[in-house]
Amino acid sequence: MDDVTGGTNDPGGTPLVELVDVQKHFGDLHVLKDINLTVRKGEVVVVIGPSGSGKSTLCRTINRLEPIDSGSIRVDGAELPEEGKALARHRADVGMVFQSFNLFAHRSVLDNVTLGPVKARGIPAAEAKAEAMTLLERVGVANQAHKLPAALSGGQQQRVAIARSLAMHPKVMLFDEPTSALDPEMINEVLDVMIDLAHEGTTMIVVTHEMGFARKAADRVVFMADGQIVEEATPEEFFTAPRSARAKDFLSKILTH
Amino acid sequence: MIDLSPLSDAVGTLFSDYDVLAAFWMTVKLTGFSLVGSLVLGTLLAVMRVSPIPSLQLGGAIYVNLVRNTPLTLIIVGCSLGLYTQLGLVLANPSSGTFIVDQNFRLAVVGLSLYHAAFVCEALRSGVNTVPLGQAEAARSIGLTFTQSLVLVVLPQAFRGAVAPLGNVIIALTKNTTVAATIGVAEASYLMKVMIEFRPDVLFLIFGVFALGFVCLVLPVGILMTALSRRLAVAR
Ligand SMILES: Nc1ncnc2c1ncn2[C@@H]1O[C@H](COP(=O)(O)OP(=O)(O)OP(=O)(O)O)[C@@H](O)[C@H]1O
Ligand SMILES: [Mg+2]
Repeated sequence: MDDVTGGTNDPGGTPLVELVDVQKHFGDLHVLKDINLTVRKGEVVVVIGPSGSGKSTLCRTINRLEPIDSGSIRVDGAELPEEGKALARHRADVGMVFQSFNLFAHRSVLDNVTLGPVKARGIPAAEAKAEAMTLLERVGVANQAHKLPAALSGGQQQRVAIARSLAMHPKVMLFDEPTSALDPEMINEVLDVMIDLAHEGTTMIVVTHEMGFARKAADRVVFMADGQIVEEATPEEFFTAPRSARAKDFLSKILTH
Repeated sequence: MIDLSPLSDAVGTLFSDYDVLAAFWMTVKLTGFSLVGSLVLGTLLAVMRVSPIPSLQLGGAIYVNLVRNTPLTLIIVGCSLGLYTQLGLVLANPSSGTFIVDQNFRLAVVGLSLYHAAFVCEALRSGVNTVPLGQAEAARSIGLTFTQSLVLVVLPQAFRGAVAPLGNVIIALTKNTTVAATIGVAEASYLMKVMIEFRPDVLFLIFGVFALGFVCLVLPVGILMTALSRRLAVAR
């Protein structure tokens, strides 16, 4: 790829997110099995796999919305804190974009973006507001800044959610199926914002079935099935010549749709 | 035409012999102070019950289930006999000429607040249930602490979702202030009993006046809360 991130796939890049031997159960269900994954600074990793394979759970463990049973997760060299203020600080460094947007329904779009910087980082309100407006401009919804989220289309809401995460200047951004809840005509406006972010060198872990995004922006595709990482490859390799039977089977299903 | 003048004469003498408005004013004051008390305590209890700390959850649950299932009369009398007579809790200035009146009023406010806090707590909890889980997750994911998520994101939406059930609590509270009569607080129903004792000849008229009085107090509360719950409803 000839984008500006240049060399993001360089094996010598600094590891930013490291998961080592991560195990996670929900009751009897073993949802994450021996997960080992390293994401380097500036790298864009797409996670793909059948429903129930543990993709969301994987994302959620990285900012500890779900605790893990054993193994270790490090972000920028530091082990995830267990509780309290340290955990809140960690989460401020890890952006998360949800499938269902989850904008604060009682606050204006602008307040949604400034709340974190002001309350979690202690940035002065005027400064936070100015930056929020710049971010909203960047994702193309600045003219909606004073509306409530419910007044916006799904695509606009998701772009606000991205701006809200960016306002925290996270070290890594997690996206859990950010376009799955959107009407087809709104998917691209969100993907375009994400592709821009990727090209600017943002470290991203993206759960998505959007192959177009994976091909344009991803450095690596991670294929999960039954709680395990079954295959890792470049997007080109993965989509044209998957190695595992599970991946072949999965791809044949999503390609026919 | 029916001649209404005997009726209006009777109403006229009732209102000049007895201070009905003062009695209703006492009802309003009891309601107002107890409302503030029960909102504060009830919010605290709701926070305990939704907190992730098991001992707080348990404390909140025990309080609510004990208090909610105890008759209000027992609680009010308990406040008077227990807190004051037994434990000597003094809430008013003992050397003032109105000590007994003030003391009883304040004990009644304490009792009413303790009782209705349990209902406020449950109304708020039902409000918390109207807030999708994703709201709290998004709050935590931008680095807000548990308390910040609760105060900035969950509770403001919970209050909006709880307006209608809170309205019911206020209506019940207004009417329940009549129990304060049992410890001698001169609110509306207390005066009603006095009037019935001295003017049994106009019994139904007296009932009518007080029933109407309560309807006039409570009806606007209901209308206001319904309008508020529509206006404040969180669009999703
Ligand atoms: N909170 C929970 N409690 C119990 N089981 C859960 C919980 N969350 C997820 N699971 C189960 O864990 C498994 C993995 O779920 P997860 O949401 O991570 O899958 P996914 O790969 O994201 O699937 P999808 O493509 O449907 O979003 C599923 O079987 C799911 O039912
Ligand atoms: Mg999922």
